[in-house]
Amino acid sequence: MNRSHANPVFRALADPTRRAIFERLTRHGEQTVHALTRYAGVSQPAVSKHLTVLRRARLVGHRRAGRETHYRARPDALAPMADWLTLYGAFWRDRFDRLETILERMDP
Amino acid sequence: MTDGSMSNALKTEPAETTRTVVIERVFPHPPEKLWRALTESPLLAQWLMNNDFVPVVGRSFQFRAEPVPQWNGVIDCEVLVVDPLRQLSYTWGTMGLGTVVLWTLTPTDGGTHLRMEQSGFDPNRPANYNGAKYGWQRFFDGLERVLGEGNER
Repeated sequence: MNRSHANPVFRALADPTRRAIFERLTRHGEQTVHALTRYAGVSQPAVSKHLTVLRRARLVGHRRAGRETHYRARPDALAPMADWLTLYGAFWRDRFDRLETILERMDP
Repeated sequence: MTDGSMSNALKTEPAETTRTVVIERVFPHPPEKLWRALTESPLLAQWLMNNDFVPVVGRSFQFRAEPVPQWNGVIDCEVLVVDPLRQLSYTWGTMGLGTVVLWTLTPTDGGTHLRMEQSGFDPNRPANYNGAKYGWQRFFDGLERVLGEGNER
């Protein structure tokens, strides 16, 4: 039984605030903690705690840029369970962003 | 259970049409550069996924993502179209999902319009639509059951 592997995902998304944060990242792409705090309507430490839980479940990734931390959804973590169209829409938008970065770095 | 005998009353519902995801973007780079990023395996790995892609029609290859719970991260593909600087297409199959990815490059003023179309999502396959069926709010009520079913195979 590998059910225990799925439990972090289940637990992470069982909370409505975390679900809302994850859904927002899926729909709107990368967001700063500040932006997410404005959206979620709870304190920034609370949002940070929620993001840590989502990160441990590998539902979100993050990167630091200066003093801001940017979070983004890792929708492929939900691949087995969610709507393929939504997932792949988010997946390809994310990959287009990466492509843009790679093109900048490539030789002309 | 429905079978071959279709009710005429239901014909207006395009239930048998498959769904498509389309993403388009204009990049300030020439088609030659886009084509390299799409077809050179090491470059492709940097923005899409690890792969053993070779741009030869009929060749099978795989994309490999990081495995996640319930998914081994492998996508099985076969090259369908290689039309240099213009079109590239391959099948995209994973977890019972059988789709086709089609890349189309169109030169624009000082750049390239890139269109990705992934077609063949079958709305009649429940495995494809668990998320949509339950909706985000009810997602959780169903998730545990879905996970349970997945583990019993």
